[in-house]
Amino acid sequence: MGDTRTRTPARRARTRKARPEPETLVAYYRQMLLIRRFEERAARAYTEAKIGGYCHLNLGEEATVTGLMAALEPRDYLFTNYREHGYALARGIDARRVMAELYGRSTGVSKGWGGSMHMFDLEARLLGGYGIVGGQLPLATGAALAVSYKGGDEVVMCQMGDGTTNIGAFHESLNMAALWDLPIVFVVVNNGLGMGTTVEASSAEPELYRRASAYRMESARVDGTDAVAVREAAREAVERARSESKPFLLETTSPRLRGHSVVDPARYRTAEDKEALKAADPLAHFALELEEAGVLDAETREKLDAEVKAEVDDAAAFADDSPYPDVSTLFDYTYATPVRGESRRLPADPVF
Amino acid sequence: MATMTYRQALRDTLRDEMLRDENVFVMGEEIGVFEGSYKITEGLLTEFGPRRVRDTPIAEEGFVGAAIGAAMLGLRPVVEIMTINFSLLALDQIVNHAAKIYGMFGGQCNVPMVIRTPGGGGQQLGATHSQNVELFYSFIPGLKVLAPSTPAEASAMLRAAIRDDDPVLFLENLALYNTRGEVPDDLEPAEIGRAAVTRPGTDVTIVAYSRMAHVAAEAAEKLATDGISAEIVDLRSLRPLDRETVVESVRRTGCAVVAEDDWLTYGIGAEIAATIQEGAFDWLDAPVRRVAMAEVPLPYSKPLELAALPSAESLVTAVRDTVRATGR
Repeated sequence: MGDTRTRTPARRARTRKARPEPETLVAYYRQMLLIRRFEERAARAYTEAKIGGYCHLNLGEEATVTGLMAALEPRDYLFTNYREHGYALARGIDARRVMAELYGRSTGVSKGWGGSMHMFDLEARLLGGYGIVGGQLPLATGAALAVSYKGGDEVVMCQMGDGTTNIGAFHESLNMAALWDLPIVFVVVNNGLGMGTTVEASSAEPELYRRASAYRMESARVDGTDAVAVREAAREAVERARSESKPFLLETTSPRLRGHSVVDPARYRTAEDKEALKAADPLAHFALELEEAGVLDAETREKLDAEVKAEVDDAAAFADDSPYPDVSTLFDYTYATPVRGESRRLPADPVF
Repeated sequence: MATMTYRQALRDTLRDEMLRDENVFVMGEEIGVFEGSYKITEGLLTEFGPRRVRDTPIAEEGFVGAAIGAAMLGLRPVVEIMTINFSLLALDQIVNHAAKIYGMFGGQCNVPMVIRTPGGGGQQLGATHSQNVELFYSFIPGLKVLAPSTPAEASAMLRAAIRDDDPVLFLENLALYNTRGEVPDDLEPAEIGRAAVTRPGTDVTIVAYSRMAHVAAEAAEKLATDGISAEIVDLRSLRPLDRETVVESVRRTGCAVVAEDDWLTYGIGAEIAATIQEGAFDWLDAPVRRVAMAEVPLPYSKPLELAALPSAESLVTAVRDTVRATGR
């Protein structure tokens, strides 16, 4: 039987954290910077109508994304929700392919079939961004079941937003994962808001990590603006899942710097809220912290800025220059096993 | 060749496939220790153990989704949903995930899984436990929907479904589990997407599937004594739909009646009727009729339930009317 205790969050995790090497810290900073600039570029491209549909950004979650991905091995699997551009980048997928997916081009990670919410790459073991809230939880649980069935040592990480903790699939999945001792780490990225509804207004237990106790699952909350703290907390959960085949629920807290999606002006936020957000910017914090620690000087920062800007510009140019999928491929992905009688008609075509 | 029940054919096929492929496993509510609500998985837990015969909590969305996730990593789960009514709790996972993953990610990952589930009224189970909602799944590109009506078909089609690389909704029927039929020993997997003319005839085409294929056979016998020669097309596959076989039959007979266990409005029969008018308009000598369940939540009380469900008698009446309407 599992242990019902939950660990005290944030501050203690911070003080216990191991001190990474300076070059690792700089690499994390660069990763966060790349996500920031990529997302800003995506927002711009959206207003230029180069990107369609919904577009949810990781702005404010850069430290969380970087810390979580640093805790995974290349062989581990990742399932995410629809706010996943940063995860794709941090899993090592070329920014060009991520941007091309946003542009709906055939060179995109999902060949232009998925868009912003549905990034997938087998090699990076990103097994999908999912647009339906909570939809990825049963799938990730099943992936962990498959790992366990095959006797593998991979771990599945399943990311979600705070609003997801209220949907039935969350509870069904945590129950099965605990019941069957599956190697999975559920991560709740708590940015305080499900679209415009606060966690307090939607969750009878707003300390979301505590919900794990209902399944005798261990859990913790960590400051999601601190990449190293997130990495340490996630690494502990991931390695425990790997060595003991036990699930874990990790909650990270971080601000959502903009609206729910690109088109949301976030009018439900007060002026004070908006001021507080500026102060909570994890990228600015991290830059300051590294500068004070003598790890990142102004010159290196400028160099990284230029590098990342060039990478994002290149990604956007690549996406812009890439072809759209050919209309003749419209019926290529309905079935993996071709089947007699499969419809290939266009809207005005007769059935006979 | 052996004679066995539909239930036995399913059970033996599951066992064969589990013996053949280590990646095939079964999961669902009460399928292990309890050996299945309808005993389709009888003996499997004893033979294969809990790793390959997994009892799940009552959490359809959760365990159907878990099967999808396991299939994404290359396993071949066969999930039992106790009745198709409960599949509604898993609708999001079946429709928004199983059916979408192959296309939505540009063909990078397929979902080789089977969902076995029985439909069927007539057991006095009341409104929530007597529905035939296979239409919901037949509507969705990305899913394949099979509806075998005999033990041999059940075996051949389950074999095909398990070996197929796509998600398959495998429709069984409570009224069919105890029906008997011959099952060849070296049965090959069926071809998915193919209907069958199960009784040749010249005067009228009856289109049916699952339990209604049996009702159609009974009706055809009665009609024969009246001198009406009915041809029966058993759809067998609801998605993809074998439109050609239906239309070819109607081009021979000149009229058609659809026998369906679901509700008429927007039902499977509506799609068949639309197919016939588009593919055999010039051959039709009478309007296409549909015999379907009365449009009410199915009542518990027996006389009400009987009145609501399509029967051989109601089908005979509709066929006679249709043949008369041709003016032949």
